[in-house]
Amino acid sequence: MTVLRIVPMGSYAGRARAVIERSALVNRRNWLLVVSGVFEPLFYLFALGIGFGGIVGTLTGPDGSPISYAAYVAPGLLAASAMNGAIHDSTFNIFLKLKYAKVYDAMLATPLGPTDVALGETSWSLIRGGIYAAGFLAVMAALGLISSPWALLALPAALLVAFGFAAVGMGAATLMRSWQDFDLILLVQMPMFLFSTTFFPITVYPEPIRIAVECFPLYHGIELMRALTSGAVTWGILGHVAYFAIMVAAGGWFAARRLGTLLLT
Amino acid sequence: MSGVPATVGSVSDDAVLVQADGLVKRFGDFEAVRGVDVKVRRGEAFGFLGPNGAGKSSTMRMIACTSPRTAGELRVLGLDPDRHGPRIRGRLGVVPQQDNLDNELTVRQNLQVYGRYFGLSRHQVRARATELLEFAQLSDRADDQVEPLSGGMKRRLTIARSLVNEPELLLLDEPTTGLDPQARHLLWDKLFRLKQQGVTLIVTTHYMDEAEQLCDRLVVMDGGRIVAEGSPAALIAEHSSREVLELRFPIDQQHHHVPLVEDLAERVEVLPDRLLLYATNGEAVLAAATRRGMRPTSSLVRRATLEDVFLRLTGRTLVD
Repeated sequence: MTVLRIVPMGSYAGRARAVIERSALVNRRNWLLVVSGVFEPLFYLFALGIGFGGIVGTLTGPDGSPISYAAYVAPGLLAASAMNGAIHDSTFNIFLKLKYAKVYDAMLATPLGPTDVALGETSWSLIRGGIYAAGFLAVMAALGLISSPWALLALPAALLVAFGFAAVGMGAATLMRSWQDFDLILLVQMPMFLFSTTFFPITVYPEPIRIAVECFPLYHGIELMRALTSGAVTWGILGHVAYFAIMVAAGGWFAARRLGTLLLT
Repeated sequence: MSGVPATVGSVSDDAVLVQADGLVKRFGDFEAVRGVDVKVRRGEAFGFLGPNGAGKSSTMRMIACTSPRTAGELRVLGLDPDRHGPRIRGRLGVVPQQDNLDNELTVRQNLQVYGRYFGLSRHQVRARATELLEFAQLSDRADDQVEPLSGGMKRRLTIARSLVNEPELLLLDEPTTGLDPQARHLLWDKLFRLKQQGVTLIVTTHYMDEAEQLCDRLVVMDGGRIVAEGSPAALIAEHSSREVLELRFPIDQQHHHVPLVEDLAERVEVLPDRLLLYATNGEAVLAAATRRGMRPTSSLVRRATLEDVFLRLTGRTLVD
């Protein structure tokens, strides 16, 4: 793992796996609750894609050919649920353990360093996110909303999107002072969910708003997912991938550093 | 820093587990530790004694490699904490001031998961957890949640957890604060057994009885500095008299009697309700005082304790 050379000395013991094991053990008792997370995006898909979509009819897909509203909305929901899950895990859960449960203080008295903690917690969140995304993709396939074998890449893409949001979210969690600050996160998350072309194409916006939307990370996640599930794959999707790679690197670096300063004072 | 005895005896350097020279910790403008020199040898039980805010916990956290030093030299197990934090921590056991057990796990899982953090195999942690549950007398609570355990049980579990990697050096930050006498004695018994097994202990405490029970050697800290160092007996010999005569009087009458007895004792301390006379032979001083016509409401001759040393060195004023 050469990329980890950039982390401060002593902050990584290469034992993030032990942190994942802890999460798995904790969640084993309420696995039903964990699995229930798969349903949230499905409810949206049935209500909006199938229900509401019935009166919308067809839309112009990414490659210019017409697609059903359900097929249009589904990849958007996949990306949005990857974002929601990652942000919830990386902010709420991390803040709770950091401030109240003191789980990390105990971990850092062992060979584990802040980078092990950050990597371990993020990986667990990704494992969960991966299960949800796979479930959602399976339902999409069953409903005939997938029109290309490229859709197989939607699973790793969902993980990348989740990883990006988790890294940035964890960094944000380390800056939070109290529960009130979570309203700020919602203030960013909610409009992003509603307006990042999840439910309607970007062409409805006037130019200045369109540029603003194109800056949102979720917009890039949705466009990436939509290209893969519809098969309209161009070199342009590498730009979306790069956007998330930067989020992972910058957010991860910041989070590990902040965890270090918070816990190792 | 007068009165600090020079470290005696020639022990080879690999027997030195902790060596600090001019250790400093600053938090912003606040200097918590102001130049501490400490040497802890293998097999020793070493104590940091001091009032709240003396810098004991900050020093402990630097030794535990969870708090980088601001200045000075520090070697733990012969290694530099700034460069080899994970390697050193792998050979330490840490019992923090406040229990930070994992409330989402059971008693047994707390031990097993913690062992995994140290890189022990699943097989090893299972065996180790069973042993440690026995040691901590928690075998019958093994599969319970942590939250409903009593304070003493949680403390025992925290100590058991700190032993999961069979540490060479065990750091205990106020191990028995807040526990009832039964629980404290049980814990001391456990720590004593560890010491006999050759585990080096570093303890912080503000309980004098704890320091006298556990520590071969200790330093008294005050205001971020070491103000005295030695074995409990040596500290008492150096900073107190062998015995203390306590003379009780009705409130606010005690200072009238000071001129009468001043020359009888090495030192006289005036408390609200009594006089403390520090002397080698308390009974003799009491007899002399009685001959001079002193009639206290009650009198008591006792041996000097570490508490007398502590109060002498760090003062009676409340520090917070």
